[in-house]
Amino acid sequence: MTAAQPFNVRVREIVELAPSLKRFSFEPVHGGVFPTPPAGGHVLLTLRDGARVMKNAYSLVSPPSERSRYDIIVRLVAQSRGGSSHLHRKVAPGDVLEMANPVSLFPLISTAKKHLLIGGGIGITPMLSFLPELKARGARFELHQLATLEEVPVFERLLAPYAAGEEIRVHGGGRAAFDLAGLLARQPLGTHVYVCGPHSLMEAVASTAAALGWPKTKVHKESFGGDITGLPFRAVLRKSGIEVEVGESQSLLEAIEAAGVEAPCLCRGGACGQCATPLVEGEAEHRDDFLSAEEKAAGTLIMTCVSRARGPRIVIDL
Amino acid sequence: MTVQFKPAETFRDTFTYKKSPEDLLRFPFPFPEDSYMYSVNIEPHVRGGPTAAFQAQFDVDEHYIAECKERARILAEDPKRCQVLPHMMTAEWDSLEMIMENLAADYPEHFTLSKDGDAWTWVNRPLGIQQSFIFGKAETLPCGPFEYITRQAQGDFTLQDQREDNLFVDGGMVTSQADWSLEFDIGMSFQEWHGPVPLAHEKGVFDRALKYLLRLQYGQPVRRLNWTMTVNPRLDTSPENYPVWGPDKASVTPENVAEKVHLRVELQTLYRLPRSNAILFGIRCYLTSVADIAKVPKWRRRLHRVLRDLHPDIAAYKGIPRYQQMVVDYLAPLDDGSATSPGIAPDMEKIEA
Repeated sequence: MTAAQPFNVRVREIVELAPSLKRFSFEPVHGGVFPTPPAGGHVLLTLRDGARVMKNAYSLVSPPSERSRYDIIVRLVAQSRGGSSHLHRKVAPGDVLEMANPVSLFPLISTAKKHLLIGGGIGITPMLSFLPELKARGARFELHQLATLEEVPVFERLLAPYAAGEEIRVHGGGRAAFDLAGLLARQPLGTHVYVCGPHSLMEAVASTAAALGWPKTKVHKESFGGDITGLPFRAVLRKSGIEVEVGESQSLLEAIEAAGVEAPCLCRGGACGQCATPLVEGEAEHRDDFLSAEEKAAGTLIMTCVSRARGPRIVIDL
Repeated sequence: MTVQFKPAETFRDTFTYKKSPEDLLRFPFPFPEDSYMYSVNIEPHVRGGPTAAFQAQFDVDEHYIAECKERARILAEDPKRCQVLPHMMTAEWDSLEMIMENLAADYPEHFTLSKDGDAWTWVNRPLGIQQSFIFGKAETLPCGPFEYITRQAQGDFTLQDQREDNLFVDGGMVTSQADWSLEFDIGMSFQEWHGPVPLAHEKGVFDRALKYLLRLQYGQPVRRLNWTMTVNPRLDTSPENYPVWGPDKASVTPENVAEKVHLRVELQTLYRLPRSNAILFGIRCYLTSVADIAKVPKWRRRLHRVLRDLHPDIAAYKGIPRYQQMVVDYLAPLDDGSATSPGIAPDMEKIEA
């Protein structure tokens, strides 16, 4: 499967929700409407800053009934790799950007008796995509959003349209005050939990649920641009006959693309499996959620979007 | 060119179903080469292709009205041909949206969809339907949304729910099936419902196909062709009705084989649905008699070679051994032994009526 052809979108509106949070609304350049946004779906934006090309994935936060625009919320992070910083500082209303068709790697489970949503920080964005869908289904759900004290009012405003009569809570007291084990322990049988946020929160939910005896199939994590940084290394692209240097704050995929080599990719977050590339020499430090433990141990494939070399050099069949 | 519908043709008893010359040339002939073996023959379902059957997302041809009437008749006799499990309601609405929007875009002369927020109006001119309803409110339609729209489309449809790294056939509209039963299969996993297929399991075809389909992306539908053979142009070859159509196999003689035996092709399409993350699986059935195939030199040579050399286990699974040799004997003198071009295109522009 190859990624669909990207299309052009125009920035219709930029709203500052908080000093580090902006909501961007896009509309199709050539009129008409967008495809129905999938629940838990995201889009890939291609951002160009001079010769530099960045591709970033963002959850769609606009509801499926609203197809004249797509909304994303972007946080400006201190050590931004470029994409979020570029959007915050350089993109203005009227600008035209390249967007790929929306994809969902974080769907709602149709057989769930109840949906428990846990967001951390900017991990609120897929939750905002879930809420109108859960409301439309008349599904039973409960949402807990972790936030810094400054973020609490911002997130409460974002959640307000869905809050009437629902169990929606924003927690500003820090992780220590959030009783995750108690929350998971009191859920009725048949509940599915969905978590998006920092890696440590997602791991805490997964391990706490496992310790309480939750089946693995009822725990769902959005991998949201996980940590791709690490020691620099050199990658030899055997078929292309070139070598690329992968910098500390750059992914293998980004280094390959910067060298002008077309590489398969879709989610850019280690989830979809599209970028699996044969590893010919060297050892991989696997950071993806796609390969099984056995496949990772076999060491014959590497997911270029998130995984790195363990050592100074690898050879891949690309 | 506007298609001329043939509302009176029948797919049982009198069997007045017939293909016009234009309809024959748009047939999705299933063999890209002179031999056949199972494979994961999946490709992107994009508009345009080797015949006109690939020009739309959901193909409408001259048999549209007659096929919808036959479906209604089968459902009246056996309502269980359409079943959807309760957790698939979101997938039902996704399907209705997907089919209505594509029919309206591909055939504006036949179908119109207008929307004012959630208040939608659907116009189906060939069937004389105008329906206003509220999207998401099943009580505003005369039946469930999936049944409603698949009553107005050619071909069978199933709904696959995705969970636990597997697909489950949790709904369907199945009235033109090649001998499988929705009533029996509903709720089964991918491996379970493919259980009876020979050879392909050993080749790992289903494991690879499942992995591929679990990653099927929204907005990037895929398709494949499947085939079997059917005696008489009968759409409903269901296990439930085997006593009705099974004996037909014994009616084939060397004299009537070309008119009686039909190549039955399924244009199978797979769509990821947005709200539900389910997969809509279309199984569009095309029937073409051996006599009609024989009007296209490339197709008759190739069908002859495929059937002559077919693996006996595949022939047995498809239920054709009783008359297979008669078809081969009919086609053999029509195969001049010359080479055939790769792919399924008929390699001719026009057939004289």
